[in-house]
Amino acid sequence: MAATVTVEVARYRPERDAEPVFQQYEVPVRHEWVVLDALTHVKDEIDGSVAFRWSCRMGVCGSCGMMVNGQPTLTCASYLTDHLPGPIRIEPLRHFPVIRDLVVDLASFLRKLRRVKPWIVRDDGPVEPEGEYRQTPEELERYHQFSQCINCLLCYSACPIVGLEPDFTGPAAIALAQRYNLDSRDRGARERLEALSGDHGIWDCTFVGECTEVCPKNVDPAGAIQQYKLASALDTLRSFVLPWGK
Amino acid sequence: MAGTLDAPRYHGRWHRPRTSVFWWLESWRYTRFVLRELTSVCVAWTALVLMAYVGAAGLGAEALATFLSWMGAPWLVAWHVVVLAGLVYHSVSWFSLAPSAMVVRVGGRRVPASLIVGGNVAAWVVVSAALLWLAGRA
Ligand code: SF4
Ligand code: FES
Repeated sequence: MAATVTVEVARYRPERDAEPVFQQYEVPVRHEWVVLDALTHVKDEIDGSVAFRWSCRMGVCGSCGMMVNGQPTLTCASYLTDHLPGPIRIEPLRHFPVIRDLVVDLASFLRKLRRVKPWIVRDDGPVEPEGEYRQTPEELERYHQFSQCINCLLCYSACPIVGLEPDFTGPAAIALAQRYNLDSRDRGARERLEALSGDHGIWDCTFVGECTEVCPKNVDPAGAIQQYKLASALDTLRSFVLPWGK
Repeated sequence: MAGTLDAPRYHGRWHRPRTSVFWWLESWRYTRFVLRELTSVCVAWTALVLMAYVGAAGLGAEALATFLSWMGAPWLVAWHVVVLAGLVYHSVSWFSLAPSAMVVRVGGRRVPASLIVGGNVAAWVVVSAALLWLAGRA
């Protein structure tokens, strides 16, 4: 195994760079190191000015997503040894504005998230005597996969539609909408559909499918969106055939 | 919270890379997607030809013979070989995607993807065979 590997880190320092530039660092290769460890090594030992986000270092918080050799990657879950002999090119997540170096602005995603009401919508108050909404394991299983999202936003970087149409609600937010729609305790499907059947909603998606390919949590956002489309189309059909039904 | 959400959408010092018009050449998976979309032209073309065929048959034996002699032109035959390839590519790639849109549950369990793909392909083969049989009789 090589003793060191070159990492090429995209640097963007707004006070001096008009465009991002790449800076090379030589880091030791350790068997158990992930790409995030290489960046931490750079920051601790070589150049303290490099900016990047991370928190849990165990694939849970979703804050360490970056482009590694052009692929949206959770850097705490990607071994250095998988990228040898290098160089390893590390860039900020694509399709988001870059604030500094590897740090991107996420406010656009938070706005989109709010659009889909990612919480249990009820207008009838607590129905169970104890104020609990009970659920069987089968009912949980229906949405469980879509609830595994860690908001790492790799799927937004993988999606060319997000690049071309920045207001597209996007994979993770729609998967979360579907997660609540499939929840037996929720009554918000109609409100969400109103928000998502219009501009920048589900129909912006052309099913490229890359979001699902890159998702580190097997959420399958592409599947969620297609299932949403199918449900929406059936809903329209139903209201056409049975206009008095709803 | 409100501060984050209502933060300015544009900031003079942020860097905003643009998506290139050649984004679909960046990875073969993107290219594969664009091919799938483009081959929908082959589907539309086939539908038109099929309708013209049925229309000509409806007009009588003479119209049908004229239509078939047009269809026999070498360049059209060559083009239709290309169309057939595009059609097969389009159909197969869509059928392989069907399981992610169709969640079928039987007895509380999700029907495996392979069964859904298999079902779609089987239906396709049956309908194609029926059409072929009809065309053979005509
Ligand atoms: S759907 Fe997957 S890739 Fe997208 S934000 Fe959630 S965990 Fe990340
Ligand atoms: S640091 Fe938390 S997911 Fe990577």
